[in-house]
Formats: sequence, C-alpha cells, structure tokens
Amino acid sequence: MPKDHGIGASSKRREDVRFLTGKGTYTDDMNIAGQTYAVMVRSSVAHGRIVSVGTSAAEGMPGVLAVFTGEDFAAVGGNPAGWLINSRDGTPMREPKRPVLAHGKVRHVGDAYAAVIAETYQQAKDAAQAIADASVIEELPAVVNMAEAVANASNRVHDEIPDNLCFDWGWIEDNRAKVDAAIKSAPHVTTLELVNNRLVPNAMEPRASIGEYFPGTGDYKLTTTSQNPHLTRLLVAAFVMGIPENKLQVVAPDVGGGFGSKIYHYGEEALVLAAAKKLARPVRWTAERSESFLTDAHGRDHVTKIELASDKEGNFIAFRTETLANVGAYLSNFSTATPTFLHGTLMSGPYKVPNVYVNVKTVFTNTAPVDAYRGAGRPEATYSLERVIDKMCRELGLDPFEVRRKNLLTPDQFPYQSPVGLMYDTGNYQATLDKVCEMADVAGFEKRRAASAAKGKLRGMGLSTWIEACGIAPSNLVGVLGSRVGLYDAATVRVNATGNLSVMVGAHSHGQGHETVFAQIVADKLGVPESSVEIVHGDTARIPFGMGSYGSRSLAVCGTAMDKALDKIIAKGKKIAAHMLEAAEGDITFGDGKFSVAGTDKAKTFGEIAFSAYVPHNYPLETLEPGLEETAFYDPANFTYPAGAYICEVEVDEGTGKVDVVAFHCADDFGNIMNPMIVEGQVHGGVGQGIGQALCEFTTYDENGQLLTGSYMDYAMPRAEDVPFYNVDYSCQTPCTHNPLGVKGCGEAGAIGSPPAVVNAVIDALQRGGHTHVTHIDMPVSPSRVWTAMNA
Amino acid sequence: MTKVSMTVNGRAVSAETEGRTLLSAYLREGLRLTGTHVGCDTSQCGACVVHVDGKPVKSCTVFAQDVAGADVRTIEGMANADGSLGVIQQAFQDHHGLQCGFCTPGMVMSAAALLAENPKPTEHEVRHYLEGNICRCTGYHNIVKAVMAASGQDVSALAAE
Repeated sequence: MPKDHGIGASSKRREDVRFLTGKGTYTDDMNIAGQTYAVMVRSSVAHGRIVSVGTSAAEGMPGVLAVFTGEDFAAVGGNPAGWLINSRDGTPMREPKRPVLAHGKVRHVGDAYAAVIAETYQQAKDAAQAIADASVIEELPAVVNMAEAVANASNRVHDEIPDNLCFDWGWIEDNRAKVDAAIKSAPHVTTLELVNNRLVPNAMEPRASIGEYFPGTGDYKLTTTSQNPHLTRLLVAAFVMGIPENKLQVVAPDVGGGFGSKIYHYGEEALVLAAAKKLARPVRWTAERSESFLTDAHGRDHVTKIELASDKEGNFIAFRTETLANVGAYLSNFSTATPTFLHGTLMSGPYKVPNVYVNVKTVFTNTAPVDAYRGAGRPEATYSLERVIDKMCRELGLDPFEVRRKNLLTPDQFPYQSPVGLMYDTGNYQATLDKVCEMADVAGFEKRRAASAAKGKLRGMGLSTWIEACGIAPSNLVGVLGSRVGLYDAATVRVNATGNLSVMVGAHSHGQGHETVFAQIVADKLGVPESSVEIVHGDTARIPFGMGSYGSRSLAVCGTAMDKALDKIIAKGKKIAAHMLEAAEGDITFGDGKFSVAGTDKAKTFGEIAFSAYVPHNYPLETLEPGLEETAFYDPANFTYPAGAYICEVEVDEGTGKVDVVAFHCADDFGNIMNPMIVEGQVHGGVGQGIGQALCEFTTYDENGQLLTGSYMDYAMPRAEDVPFYNVDYSCQTPCTHNPLGVKGCGEAGAIGSPPAVVNAVIDALQRGGHTHVTHIDMPVSPSRVWTAMNA
Repeated sequence: MTKVSMTVNGRAVSAETEGRTLLSAYLREGLRLTGTHVGCDTSQCGACVVHVDGKPVKSCTVFAQDVAGADVRTIEGMANADGSLGVIQQAFQDHHGLQCGFCTPGMVMSAAALLAENPKPTEHEVRHYLEGNICRCTGYHNIVKAVMAASGQDVSALAAE
C-alpha cells in the first residue's frame, strides 16, 4: 500500500494550486507604486571598441528619467568568478573584470553598454533604441572558434590575455605520465573526437529584476529571478556594489525554472539597484526572450578528444581526454568549476579503470558567457565516456551491454576511491543495469527491429550507464580545490505557539516542489499533519544563510540541515516535556507526535509542548528557555553519487534522416525516495532536456559572432511531439551513507544519462541498417546530419 | 490612447491603451491579471495563450484594440464557480503536469481548447495540438497524461511503448 502522507508518499504539490489558477507571483507579476522601467542598450556586434555612447539622443525623450553607461560603474567592483582554477604549471587562471555595463569594449552580441530608465516600458525601449542608433562602436574582429582563439594571438577578447586562454588544467597532473604509459602499451586504443553542443538553458520565465531603495533607512531590496538569493546578495553587496550586506534584502519569489542559468548574478541586478537609489523610485527590468538568448549563461560547449585504452576483451585500462571548453566573453560565477571539478572528477564514470587523465583548456570567445546548465560538467564527462565505449565495442566486435557489465564497479568495492579524486560511498551499478534491461525487454529488440523495418524504418538501441557527484558540496574539499564560497546549507524550524510550523530553508524551489516535499519530511519526523507545515524560501530577510538550489543539492544538503534542526526541536521538546511531566529528561521518548515518559502512560502531545514553550508560566528559566525554534547548518561530509542505466530506442527514417525516440527506459538509484511522483517528474524533465540536446538544440554563432539561433523560431526546443512517454524506475536504492535521509538527489540525472543513450541508439540503428561507415555523429543528431552521414 | 473594452472572464472591463498595446499587456498591466505569462514575445512558447471568443490565441501577438468587444477567458477564469480547480486544472495537479508553473497557464488554456474540439484525443493528437506550447521542466510526459486524464481516459498504464 503506497503511503498517503509523509516520507515516501506521492503527496500532491501544494504550490500547484496557485500556479494553476494564475495566482503565482513571479517577479514580473509584481506591481509596485511609483515603479519605473529599465531597458538595456546592447551591443549588436560581437567585439567592438566603444567610441561614444549616444546618451544625448535620449535626453528630452518622453518619460526618460535616467541613462547609465559603463562610466557610471567604473568605480564599483566587478562580477567575480566563484572558483579559482590553477593551470598545470601552477599559475592562477586569468580573471578579466566583468563590469555591470561594458566599458571600453563590448565583447559579445548582447553585451549591455548602457541602460535607460523611463516612466513606461515603451518609453524606455524607444529611448534605448535611440541611444543604440546614436552610439559609435568600432567593430573589431570577433573571436568565435575556440581552436582559432587559442592559435591566433593577435585577436584578443581581453587585451591583457594574449592567447585567450583562461587556464590549462590537468587532472590529476601527477597521473599524467602513468596514464600516457598505460595508453602507449595498451593492446587497443579507441579514439573519438566529439562536440558537446552549446545549449541555451531556456527557463520559460525570462530573467527579471526589480530594485527598490528606501531613503529613510538606506535599505535596498532586490526582487529577482534567482536560484540562490543569499548568494546573489553576497555577490551584489560585497563584490559589485559595496552595499553593506545587512542593508540589502534579496527576494526570489516564484521563479519559472532555472536549470543553472539563474544561479548567477547578472549586471541587470546591480543596475536596477543603482538606478533605484538614484531615482528614489522602484526600477524594474524584464528580459525579452531575445535578451535571454543573448545574455543568459549558456551551457556545455566542449570540444573533446577522448582515448580509451583496453585489452582485446574490452577491459578498460585507461581514459585520457583533451578538451577545449568555452567560457564565452566573461567568467560567469561558476564557469570555471563546471569544466573542471564538475567534469574531470567524473571521468572514471561508474567503472573500475585504474588510469585516468583529463586536460581542459578553457577559452575566452566573443560569445555569451557559458556556465553550469542542468548536470553541469557531468553530462559532458558521461557523454564522452559512453560514446567512446560504444565505439570501442564496435571496433573490437564486443557487446556494449557485456562490456559495461564487466567494467562496472561491484557493490563490494565501496567505498571506492576513484583515480580522479572522488570517494564513491555506495552504489549497485549492476542492479540498475539489470533493471533497465528488464524494463526495455532487450531480448525482444530483434522483433521490434523487424517491425520497424517493415515500416521502412531503421531501429537502434543505445545504452548508457552513468554516475554523477551531486549534493554539492563539502566546503572543506571544494575550498582546497579553489571554491571561494562554502557549499553548506541551513534551515530554521519555528514551531509556533498554536503548534503549526514555519520552516525557513536556504534551498530555493523554482519548480522542484520543496514546499510540498520538505513539509512531508517535517510531518513525518514530528508526527504532525503536512498541512500544519509551511515551507518558507527565497527571501534573505526570512530565511537563514543558505546557498540555494543547483547541483541536485536541495534535499541532500538543505534537507539534512532541516533534519538536524528537527532533531534539535525534538531535543528541546524533551526538555520541556520533562519539566511538564515532572520526569527526568533522559526518560522522555518522542514518537507519533507525542512526548512520553518511558514505561508510563504519561505523555504530552507536540501541540501541548509547543503551546507551553510560548506560555512558560512556571519554567525553571535558569535551565529551560522559552520558545521552540532551532536553526541548523549542515556541511556535507562527501558528495552524493546517484547512478543509473538508461536505454533508448530510436527509429531512423533513411529517406530524411529524421530520428524518432520511440522508447526511453531509466533505472536510477537515487537512494531513498521522499516523493515518488516528484522524482519521476524530475527524471522526465531531465530526459526531455537530454533528448533536446541529442536531437534538436544547437546554439550557433556565425564567424562574426552573431547568434544565428536567437529565438524559438531558430533554436529547436524539444516540443511535445519530439519526445515519448518515459519509462522510469527508482527501485534500486543504495541509500547515501552520510546523510540521515539517505538521499542522493535526482534533479540532473535525466540530463546526464540520456544524450549518450540517444546517440548510441542512432549509431546502432545506422550500423544495423548497413551504414557501417558511420561511427559517430555530433549532437544535435539532426535530420541533415544523419542524412549526410548516411550518404557520405 | 484609446479606451478599449471587452469581456474578460465574464466581467465587462475597459482600459486606456496605446495602439501598440498587446492583449497580454492589457491583461497583465491594465487588468492586473498576471496569470497570463509572456515567455517569448514571438508566438512560439504559448505561455500567453488565452481564449478569444472561444478560440485559443497567443495574447503576446494580438493588439488589444483588435479584440475590442470580444469575450476573453484567461487562466483566472478556469476554476469552478466555488473556487475549486476545474477538471483540467485538477488533472494537472493530480498527474504532476507542472513544475515551475510558468508555462502552465498557456498549457491549461490550450488543453481546454483541444478538449472543446476533440473530447477524447489520442496521445498523438495531444502532442500535436500542444506543439505551440513549450515546457522546459516536465519533458511533457505528465502534461500529456494530464490532458488525456482530463478527457476521462484511463492513463494508469501509459508509459513508453
């Protein structure tokens, strides 16, 4: 019988009611008395010297209140990189300043170099156009292609960086000679060059920010589309604006999706605050979709050469990769961590392979900044591994299922120290592989292939076995590796006098359903109804200092902080119960929502304890404080390691090259499951994005740095017809060993495991269909690419 | 500025508008009905779908003046008279057909238009009809399931082939 409440129940989401009735409150839905409108003036060229900004063109235009240029922010700080990476030779990465508004040079199409504030949106837009028309920007040659950027020293994104290189990173550098030797002496080496295509995150809600300034107190308020309001506050206050942290409130209200792109601080947030102060009026800015395409941090964009050394039976001996990773024109906050410690550390996958070496050169180009997008580094690692493994199987005539099975780590090998620095705590990779084979009816594939052939379609099956490190992250470890922030989280549990609870969490829900799931956990632990628990998130004035939601961290890190705060509540409740029941504290037990004296029928309900805490008429105040409110911070001891096995089946139309995903099966190990319905939804969404990357999505700049895919008419977002129903299972569970909930995180899994499964299936279909010369097609595996490959 | 009047969710309304004011802006800014969302400005994403005289329309690409006098229905008008969720809304909650909620108003309005035309759509018909509504969160699985459930079909066995 499925549970109907608490941990493990598919509780329906409470947040749905407001979203389904049009009563959600997203940033752009807010209406503030006296509000004004900001519109950014953006570069139409990828690279140029700002000769003059035509601010005078806006003077006297109707409704115009203020104009800002890069000059106005020359004295304030820049938007910093959150992670210091050192090159192989020990030198620190190059960190060019990222100003609020471009000053001196513009470095990508969409780079804002001025902003105008007006009474209405249309007036601001008209004035911004007038400024753009009157500005003089001397166009410079654009640096777009990564290989050319590194090779052509005369053409620089940042004048002070001669080779456009941010860093040249080796992981683990001490292993390099050993790995080189292993590859040199291996019986077989498979080499694959591939592109992990650049993606635009495309949260459906465009970024938006509202700045307010209260002259009476000197307080600022920023309402913004953020996945992590405290991190945004820290960046804006301490690094960019120089506002005392305690004078800035950041609110991230209902946020319409993030996928990574709303982790980062963007210049518009600083601009609306500065403008609000100058005008003493609220200033709002909302991106148009074209601005989202041009300026949201993009994802992926790796060009990789991977080598897999093995014996003739397919036992892995070594992996070696060389990657060029695009960071775009400026360093977005976590852009340097994504291609390094979120990528290189996963390059041994779920496999027993003794020798792994990863080299990443990170390159500046005249394109939008690139940063973490759902999965962030881990999809890139998984894609490289899972594609080269399939290629090796084909070269050696081996079965890709059996090769993976014999190379997977076995359950007795945990905890497992990987050769690229991680300590996997637990897992059972055979179990998820067995499960997905059962779900997909692998034995019945030939029959399905024949049925597809009868329809004139080529059918293929692709497998990927994947692992990720999430629950980001142990601060002591990431600190050693260069992180400039800690990655703990925090929760405050406030039991109110009437016995209901307000739980303030540092995690932020922008679709994940924390308001429901976190309440389930509280209700389960305290034996109270879910309906009596309110989850508060997204407002620095109400919540403790937490680091927000990304990296599948909300439950594993913030959920654990909440669990620890609940432990403290129970401990305090026991003290109160001991006083009320005139018993020794050590004799009080808690269960089923009651504090009882062990071995007696004396008990107090949770509600009675709560009321007593706030009406402490006879408390021994020297030993018992009134009130029932506790805060806990939690810093994880390790990452968590979700893993799984995915099988995709495709049909390929030989005439057009069109690929249809006809079946997709996922067997995941997420540890313990808090709400199965929400876990399934997370996997669906991740797989949908992964299929989008594999088949549809491609961000294309031309040689001048113009974005050719800047709208939904050019950028192929997956639509309902492009994807199938997904078959999802999470019954293989090896609970995380180092957090009390035993949870691992499920938010990114689908986007990590699915792209290689799709591409492996396409190559399998072509191979089986007689196109044996096709061993690889880069994503997106679009009809034209498939047709061209088949007919090459 | 011109005064534009219409009926929205059964209520007669009017507001001063510029000629270039879009229906989405008229609803969101003029009437403060912010359930209708603007996700792309180019008629692609469908977050802004409302019904105009019973037909689904992308309100981000219609001038308010062009639908003066029309009968407009938005997400705010989809609940039952007692305030409880309507059948389609309830199916979206029951089947977890939404995550961040931003595309949801447009999805619900498009689904309602589909079911008005085709009371028992197949999976393929649902997917095809929703081609003008983009969702980035759900991978569409539970949206398609919710729409089929709202049409009274048994969706308990729906999965990949």
